Amino acid sequence: MASVAQIDGSTPVVRRRSKLAKFMENPTIWRGLLAIVIFLAVWEVGARFDEWFGKEWTLPFIGLIPPPTAVFNAWLKIIPQAGYWDSWLQSFQRVLTGFGAAMLLGIPFGLALAVNKYFRDVFFPPFEVLRPIPPLAWVPASLIFWPTNEMSIAFVTFLGAFFTIVINVLGGARTIDVRYLRAAQSMGASQWDLFSKIILPGTLPSIFTGAAVGMGITWEVVLAAEMISGGGTQGSGGLGFFIWNSYMGGSLEQVVVGMISIGIAGFLSSSAIRWLGDRLMPWRRLF
Amino acid sequence: MNEFMSKTKVNGTAAPHAQINNGAPMGGALSIKHVSKIYDPEGVNVCAVDDCSMEIAAGEVCMIVGPSGCGKTTLLNAIAGFHSITSGEITLDGDLLCGPGKPKAAQGADRMVVFQNGALFPWKTLVENVAYGPIVQRRMSKPEALEKSYQMLAEAGLGDFGDKYPGEVSSGMARRAEIVRALINEPKVLLLDEPYRAMDALTKSIMHESLLETYDRTKVTIFFITHDLEEAIFLGDKVHVVTTRPCSLKKTIDVTIPRPRTYESLSSENFRHLMAEVNEAVHEEAVKAFQAGERELA
Repeated sequence: MASVAQIDGSTPVVRRRSKLAKFMENPTIWRGLLAIVIFLAVWEVGARFDEWFGKEWTLPFIGLIPPPTAVFNAWLKIIPQAGYWDSWLQSFQRVLTGFGAAMLLGIPFGLALAVNKYFRDVFFPPFEVLRPIPPLAWVPASLIFWPTNEMSIAFVTFLGAFFTIVINVLGGARTIDVRYLRAAQSMGASQWDLFSKIILPGTLPSIFTGAAVGMGITWEVVLAAEMISGGGTQGSGGLGFFIWNSYMGGSLEQVVVGMISIGIAGFLSSSAIRWLGDRLMPWRRLF
Repeated sequence: MNEFMSKTKVNGTAAPHAQINNGAPMGGALSIKHVSKIYDPEGVNVCAVDDCSMEIAAGEVCMIVGPSGCGKTTLLNAIAGFHSITSGEITLDGDLLCGPGKPKAAQGADRMVVFQNGALFPWKTLVENVAYGPIVQRRMSKPEALEKSYQMLAEAGLGDFGDKYPGEVSSGMARRAEIVRALINEPKVLLLDEPYRAMDALTKSIMHESLLETYDRTKVTIFFITHDLEEAIFLGDKVHVVTTRPCSLKKTIDVTIPRPRTYESLSSENFRHLMAEVNEAVHEEAVKAFQAGERELA
C-alpha cells in the first residue's frame, strides 16, 4: 500500500515515521484529548463557581462535587500509601478469582449444554431458574454458608460472571452454522475433531463476548460486595470498601479517586480480554 | 482483479495435467431411482421430491436446472447424506447409498459438497481449510497435508493466498479454495449447490473457466445445481431440467458442444440452439411454479 510506483520508474521513497509521530498526527487522538480537557475544565469551573465568581450559592449538582484539581491532589497524597494499592490488589484478586472460576466452570458447562441433549434436558431448567437471581441477592445466603468473608465475596463474584458466560457459550455453540458441521463430517471428522476444530473455535467469539460482559458484571459485584461486607478484619477491604470508607470519613475527593480507580481497573481488565481475544482469534483481527 | 485473472491463466497452464486423483479408483456413476422425499412437519405432508430418476455416468458433468424451491437441494442433501429419503434408492458405482431399509446415506468423503453460501471454516486459513480433510481422515501427516494443500491451491491459482483467512479473500477465491478443499479428498462425486449464485457476471466467468480447467484435469463426476441456464449449458455434459415441486425429471438435454470449451463456445449456433431448448422447458416450469404461488425461497 505504501509503495506507489513512480512514473519515472525510480524506487518510491517511503517516508518512515516513528510510532509516536503517527500517534501525534492522528486527529482522533487530538479530538479525544480535547474532549477530555474540555470536560475537566467545565467540571473545574462548575465546582469552583462560587469561589471564583464570589457567589453565595453553588451550582446545583456539579457545585457539590470536588473539582478535578482537588481530586488530583487527593490522589497524589494517596498514591504513596500502601493501603490504597492494597485495595487495588484485593479487588483485583477477588475479580480474578471469581472471574477465573466462572470461565473455568462456565465454558465446559456451556459447551456440554450445547452438545449433549440429555445434559441440556437435565441441567438447563434449574440453571434458568437460578440465572435471574441477581448476584447481590446471594450475599446474605453466601455469608451464611461460606466460612469466611473472603470466600463469600469470591462466590458472589463467581456467580456474576458464571451465568453470563454460560449463556453466551451455549448460544454461540448452538448457532454454529450447520454447513460447517456438515462439511467437517463429510470430510470424515470424528466427534472429537468436530468438537475441537469446529465447535470450539466457532464458539470462541461468543466466549469472549461472554467474558467481556462477565468481567464488567464481576467488577460491579465485587465493589458492591466489598461495600456490604465492610472490609472485614483483614486490613484493607478493596476499592469498594475504600470508597465506602472515604464516604463515611467525609472525604468526597477520595470517593472520586476511588471511582476513577475502578474505571481504570475495569479498562485494564477489558483491555486484557480484548488482547487475549485478538491473539486467540487471528481471523477476526481483519475486521 | 486483473492480477487475479492472470494468475489463473499462468498457473493453469503451468500444471496442465497434474493428477489429483492419482492412484485413487476412478468412478462416480450416480444412479438415482424413483426417489421420493416427503417432509412431514406437524403432520402436513410436503412432497419435495416425487419419483425422481436420473442416471449420471462416471466423469459426467450433470447440471440440474429447475425453479427455486423445487426440491433440487433436497436431492443433493439426500446424495450427500444430510437428509433421508422416503422411497426409492440412490447408488454410487453400484453401491447402495440410501434406499429400502437405509433411508439416510452415510456422509463420506467420496461425495464432497460445495455449499451455496460457502462453508470454508472462517477460523482456518485457506491452506488449513484444504488440509483439514486429509488430517482428520489420518490419511496424511499434518506437514504432508499442508504441503499438498499449498500445491493444490497453487494449481488453482491461489498460491499466494494460502495463508489468508477466508474473510480476507474475495468470494470468488473463497469458492475456488472450497472446491480445492473438496478435491483434496479425492471424491468420486462433487456436489455443487449453486456455488456461483451471488457472483457478478465477470467473476462468474472466471469461476467457470477455473471449474472447467479443474474438471479437464480430474474428470471427477459433477452434480451441479443452478438457476443459470447459460452456466448449465456451458459447463454441463447433460442438463437435467426438473419440474417445480415436487421435483422430478422433466427433460434431459445432451450438450453436444465439444470439450475443452472456451468462451467462444457461448456464441456458437449450437449453443443458442441448446439455450432455446432448455429455456422452453424451464420456462414452462417457472410459469407453473409462479401460478402455484411458490415464493422464491432464497
